[in-house]
Amino acid sequence: MAEPKKEFWRWKEYNWRDETKDWKGADIITAGVDVGSVSSQAVIMVDGELYAYSNMRTGSDSPNSARNAMDWALQDTGMTLEDIHFVVGTGYGRVNVPFANRAITEIACHARGGNYMYGPTVRTILDMGGQDCKAIRCDDRGKVTNFLMNDKCAAGTGRGMEVFSDLLAVSIEDVGEMSLDVEEEPPPVSSTCVVFAKSEASSLLRSGWSKKKVLAAYCSAMAHRVMSLLDRISVEKDFAITGGIAKNIGVVSRLEKELGLASLKSKYDTQIAGALGGALFAKALVEKERKGA
Amino acid sequence: MKANYGYLDGSGEYYITIETDSCITCDHHACVDACPVGLFNIVIDDYDDQVAAVKEEHRKKIKYDCGPCKPVTDRPPLPCVVACTFGAITHSW
Repeated sequence: MAEPKKEFWRWKEYNWRDETKDWKGADIITAGVDVGSVSSQAVIMVDGELYAYSNMRTGSDSPNSARNAMDWALQDTGMTLEDIHFVVGTGYGRVNVPFANRAITEIACHARGGNYMYGPTVRTILDMGGQDCKAIRCDDRGKVTNFLMNDKCAAGTGRGMEVFSDLLAVSIEDVGEMSLDVEEEPPPVSSTCVVFAKSEASSLLRSGWSKKKVLAAYCSAMAHRVMSLLDRISVEKDFAITGGIAKNIGVVSRLEKELGLASLKSKYDTQIAGALGGALFAKALVEKERKGA
Repeated sequence: MKANYGYLDGSGEYYITIETDSCITCDHHACVDACPVGLFNIVIDDYDDQVAAVKEEHRKKIKYDCGPCKPVTDRPPLPCVVACTFGAITHSW
């Protein structure tokens, strides 16, 4: 019997909570749920501070993905959905979050979340998501001043990287490091389309290129691809990257080199930026509601 | 806010940029009626402002949807650009 095929693209799902915090006496508890095309996150904030979150793959059903992400974030907290004052749904599946009080675009949420994660000096945020790429300019309060999104093809996205990880049988978490382990930087593969890039990579492997060299060529293509988006909105310091690809040092370092600018680093998980922004929006909306009451 | 709607593909960059700060002060929204294919609509954005936007269903094919207004030769001024008295709409191609 054939062995089951190993899924090299599969990244680790996880949840986290701050065990030092007690939410029971909190004034405002809010949540953001980001249902993306590839991953879903739920973030719970207690009085404006991060309390718990989860990060998992999005299934074929958006409402279920939102519920699963939220249930996982709530796990072992003793908190239930009823304890949360306001929930914002965001991301590709934002209109399908059944328990959300409001849907807000991922562009606004990433700007808000990025402002929290990287501080008020951040002016340009690049969100490299599973299925799209967003270049965002924002002010010191995390309000969007300019944005550009490319979701027409998978080139320059997390899904494209997953395709390459599977093609080359390299764990997605090792792709970045491996791509940097080359003596000389190869020319990038096609940055127009993942399908073209994949067939080009297959030819390169057959012609004797090592896996590391092919990965370097793809990471370089990805960096090059998103550069054109950044050029269009013109990058202003400070610059930060969110989304899953922000964890790929191979793409990040090549992008920083092309930009001539180092990106800000954060203690927070780059994949939760959208959901975090949603939870911050939710808090602001609760406060606005209370003021009006 | 500068909202860029459109895409980049193998043939080029196709973006319509709307300066939404101008939409907030606009009371006629002439762009909506000016576009022969009905590309624009008025929406409430994430900051609760009423602004013009390119409809979701057109965003991935604006090169083709805007095609009739962009003949290769003798191109007349674009109806949406002319209609917006604030000069808030620009096209990248």
